[in-house]
Amino acid sequence: MSGFLKIFGWPILLALVSLIGLVAALIGDGAWDGLSWLCLAAPLAVLVWVLLTRRG
Amino acid sequence: MRPATVRIWSLVHKWTSLICTVFLLMLCVTGLPLIFHHEIDDLTGHDRWRPANPGGPMLTYDQVLETALKRRPGEVPIFMSFDDDRPVVNVTSGPTADAPGSRMTFAPIDRTSGDPVPPTPAGGVMDFILQLHTDLFLGLAGMLFLGAMGLLFAASVISGIVVYAPFMRRLPFGTVRASRSARVKWLDYHNVLGAVTLAWVLVVGVTGVVNTLAGPITDSWKAGALASLSAPYQGKPPPARMASLDAAVRTAQAAMPGMEVQFVAFPGSGYSTGHHYAVFLHGTTPLTRHLARPALIDAETGDLTAVQDMPLLSKVLSLSQPLHFGDYGGLPLKILWAVLDLITLVVLGSGVYLWLGAGRRKPVAVTPDEARA
Repeated sequence: MSGFLKIFGWPILLALVSLIGLVAALIGDGAWDGLSWLCLAAPLAVLVWVLLTRRG
Repeated sequence: MRPATVRIWSLVHKWTSLICTVFLLMLCVTGLPLIFHHEIDDLTGHDRWRPANPGGPMLTYDQVLETALKRRPGEVPIFMSFDDDRPVVNVTSGPTADAPGSRMTFAPIDRTSGDPVPPTPAGGVMDFILQLHTDLFLGLAGMLFLGAMGLLFAASVISGIVVYAPFMRRLPFGTVRASRSARVKWLDYHNVLGAVTLAWVLVVGVTGVVNTLAGPITDSWKAGALASLSAPYQGKPPPARMASLDAAVRTAQAAMPGMEVQFVAFPGSGYSTGHHYAVFLHGTTPLTRHLARPALIDAETGDLTAVQDMPLLSKVLSLSQPLHFGDYGGLPLKILWAVLDLITLVVLGSGVYLWLGAGRRKPVAVTPDEARA
């Protein structure tokens, strides 16, 4: 199980956060839009972080 | 996973990708300007347009319709829709109510004067891009073909998740071995970029496939719920004189208080029966804005026949549109959509690169075993 999470932990987490982001803006305006932007920007932030720290 | 299983999934990943990639590249490239359709329209003059008599009295819908049809002698009305940010009513007409899209005329009209609203300069280019993106200029067949490509793409993404595992067994998430060979480096980019865009790409892909089924889904609604409404009219000629459109809209709004008019489908058109105005109303929250409900108004008497809830498939279709277009959360959401689209282009491109390189060097340069090294 830990092997599975080691491989898929990050992708699953980012997918769940993205899905919350995709649905949030459909539910409401204002704060819901803000939540949507945060959640869809999160995977991009993680991408920037790994490219800065794990590229060698 | 057993090596034989991995081999089967890699074959699935390779072949589904190979077939759909060229179309997905086209969809990502044409999709990029389409995300900003509204902004491009505004930049090229859409928002500089002013009504002839701002604040003046507005023409009724019946007057707008009469004005539009006078300019298109011999044509019949098909749809009427309403801009929400300006006093403009759009009348779509054609030689017959069931004319194909290519024979329809779309006429935006100033409600304060009846003057035609000039088309936006970029309209032609954007229409070209939209049509290429939607159906390759091949109508329903093209749409369904792109839908099939979308399904292959979804299969390619899912098989991609499976073959991702053996490569990543010994690597921390997001590792890019940039100092290794170009092939290893681009494999790592392909993996990390694919992994962070996974959910978005699947949602946009699958909702795109649903959108390609718009025609069949709408036809099934017509054949089901709408057919029972037109049964009492069996054998009757089309309406001889048309009831007031304004009265029909008022009747529909009285039946669904608090909702706004989205569009009206005229008798015989793709979204109504041969004997009704279908007045589609939608709510005002982001969710209900996308879920329109029609009131069917007898086009001859102006009486309300029924208010309908759309069937499940039609609702799925309605919600697939915003989730595909990314136009439901302001400009920041569109910018995120564009960035994710560009990343997807890199995933597609690196996939092609890895495939092109696959046969060049033997033994295959990057096997799961090498990835462990």
